[in-house]
Amino acid sequence: MADIEFSEEQAMLLETAENFCRDRAPIAVVRKGLSEIDTHDPQLWQEIAELGWLGISIPEAYGGLGLGLGDAVPVAEAMGRHLLSTPFLATTVAIQTLISSASDAQREEWLPRLAGGAIATVALTEEDGNWRLNDVQASGTADGQYIALTGHKSMVLDAAAADLIVVSAKVDGATRLLLLEPDQLPAGAIVRQVAIDETRRCYDLRLDGVKVPTAALLPHTDLDAIEQAALLLISAEISGGMVGVLSLIVEYLNTRKQFDRLIGSYQALKHPTVDILLAAEACRSHLYHAATAIAAGDEHNAEVAVRMAKAQGSEAFAYAGDRAVQFHGGFGFTYECDAQLYLRRALWCQYQFGDDRHHRQLLAPLLLDAG
Amino acid sequence: MSHVSEQELAEFEAEVTAWFDENTPGDPGFLLPETFMEVGTDQQFEFLRDWQRQVYEAGYVGMAWPKEYGGGGQPQVYQDIATKAMARVRAPFLPNTIGLNWAGPLILNMGSEEEKQRYIRGILSAEDIWCQGFSEPDHGSDLGNAQCRAVKDGDEYVVNGSKIWTSLGSYAKYMILLARTSTEGDNKYAGLSFFLAPMDAPGIDPQPIKKLTGEYGFCQTYFDDARIPASTLLGGEGNGWQVAMLTLTFERGATGGQAGGLASMELNINDVVELSRRARRNGKPAIEDPFIRDELVQLMIESRGNQLMGARSRVAALATPWPSATSMSGKLRGSELKRRMCKLALAMQGANGGRFVSADAIDGGMWQRSYLNAFSATIGGGTSQIQKNILGERVLGLPKS
Repeated sequence: MADIEFSEEQAMLLETAENFCRDRAPIAVVRKGLSEIDTHDPQLWQEIAELGWLGISIPEAYGGLGLGLGDAVPVAEAMGRHLLSTPFLATTVAIQTLISSASDAQREEWLPRLAGGAIATVALTEEDGNWRLNDVQASGTADGQYIALTGHKSMVLDAAAADLIVVSAKVDGATRLLLLEPDQLPAGAIVRQVAIDETRRCYDLRLDGVKVPTAALLPHTDLDAIEQAALLLISAEISGGMVGVLSLIVEYLNTRKQFDRLIGSYQALKHPTVDILLAAEACRSHLYHAATAIAAGDEHNAEVAVRMAKAQGSEAFAYAGDRAVQFHGGFGFTYECDAQLYLRRALWCQYQFGDDRHHRQLLAPLLLDAG
Repeated sequence: MSHVSEQELAEFEAEVTAWFDENTPGDPGFLLPETFMEVGTDQQFEFLRDWQRQVYEAGYVGMAWPKEYGGGGQPQVYQDIATKAMARVRAPFLPNTIGLNWAGPLILNMGSEEEKQRYIRGILSAEDIWCQGFSEPDHGSDLGNAQCRAVKDGDEYVVNGSKIWTSLGSYAKYMILLARTSTEGDNKYAGLSFFLAPMDAPGIDPQPIKKLTGEYGFCQTYFDDARIPASTLLGGEGNGWQVAMLTLTFERGATGGQAGGLASMELNINDVVELSRRARRNGKPAIEDPFIRDELVQLMIESRGNQLMGARSRVAALATPWPSATSMSGKLRGSELKRRMCKLALAMQGANGGRFVSADAIDGGMWQRSYLNAFSATIGGGTSQIQKNILGERVLGLPKS
């Protein structure tokens, strides 16, 4: 296996996605989306479905394109660059969950619908913000043909718009995944949370009193596959976001004057900007290596690569956003300045599915104690 | 380029690996330098020169250079395989670095037929050692401001001034020299010229400089009415800046055509991890200290990122939007990472981090010496700070500082 493989399909997807996001998500549109309450632009979502992006990693038998998760990376990267927020991330992670853990019948029922534009999400995180997906407090108890759920989930992306929510809960002492549909939820079960990244829609999901049929249980619980998919796609958004925020910084440094000089001529600003450039280059290298390693299917290599990508990217993007605000001076402190959009996006990305410290801690035994 | 089959390459790899397994010298009984910039004693120099000659005679350096000038006339892929084999067995490096990687490709790129005939073979065999006269005592990173004067007098130039950081200056037969042939006009670059200067010309005096490690490794070279033939001018009078810039693209690896071969015995992150298992900190192997572990993982991530940079930038669609960033930042990334790796290696040794080169220090004090020597790469060839100016201005298009 080469360290980085990039197919014709991926190159085409990257170009199409880049053009689409640039045309459809100018910053004014992104900003308009900040004030929308629950919904993303449904027409945009339909176009995304028609482009086939939701079916990228869905097998052809279920109406998808039959490519791999790595092929969704260019799309997520382009969306990240332009801060285009759609249920693409949540839906693609849910699709991976179904591919890795669902029964044939469950896949048969859901994958064709998801390829066609239905929205799905995963409800894994809980109130204490624990990143270890196996540490779950929510629980399910068998009750005849049903499983009665208790507890609640937190930071559930796009839950209000979702046609399907894959939720984790302890059932008979083991962490299990269950399919939950909106009509199984009582009024008030989904409560909007305030996310630092205002392009996101995330929710508290209250499970007390909710019952799902036992057929809603997924036969497998491959939490590693879910984590890997989420890490890869968030790393892709981060990589795109690095390019977006760096472009914003460079543009400002090339136009803003102070003391009769363009501020980009000051080394105090120029040198950290180069640090951001090198971090963006490293980020993209780790990202596409991780996509390649996941496609190759070697569990150890894939885990190392994707954790490295998230560890490096998390802090690099947060640093870039932090400096973007600072370099814009007084304007940077205002809501009107776009730097905050990137910084707030970066912070959301950093703290979902493990920050840099978390992944370095998990990498240590993989890198230092193996063999 | 002629097609080379996988099988031919595999056979060649086996052959070259066997040769290096067989011929790589063992421990010479003294601490070897890690790069050509650190050759401090005649003993180290002679050992390394003999080694390069032996590698050349076996045909494993300059393999892709033209046969008529002493090269191997083979596809580049053979040299890449041979260079990898040298690295794998941790062979000593080839000391004529400036000749092999900078001056040699430069002469092949723009030299006359006669110059190629005269210089290339001696570069490969290490019979003719090359040094570089770019930096000056008062103009470290500001190369364009070089003041060393060369005044034409008949068929000679008379050179006055001095150059600094001339690695291998005491051993070199030739110097690539950047000197000022004119002070007229307001463009400082237009007054520069580039010479392939013979070091044995009367009036050239390389004086060894003692480094921060206490060792010798390079010179300040004084020119006192030194007379060099006008025929050693390369690229024509007044074009020195362009020639120097082309040389730097070879030095920084942005342009190919180097002779190949191992250019240094540099330590990498795996050596630091290996040290962490042996070195002790507070009564335990350093690898068990959670802070050391975190820093190690951090550096491993950065090191991996650097390794992956080349593979990604070869995919055109993934090299956007700043395609020159990866190749132009190689020296900055590599040299800064090396410096930090060596510093971490000291932290792994507890109080022994404070020792220095001596038989009873950990690894003979190699890590302390490596850390101090690491500054040669973060300073030489344009400091890291100048590199950031260059990247900011040429890659990102920021205004000049």
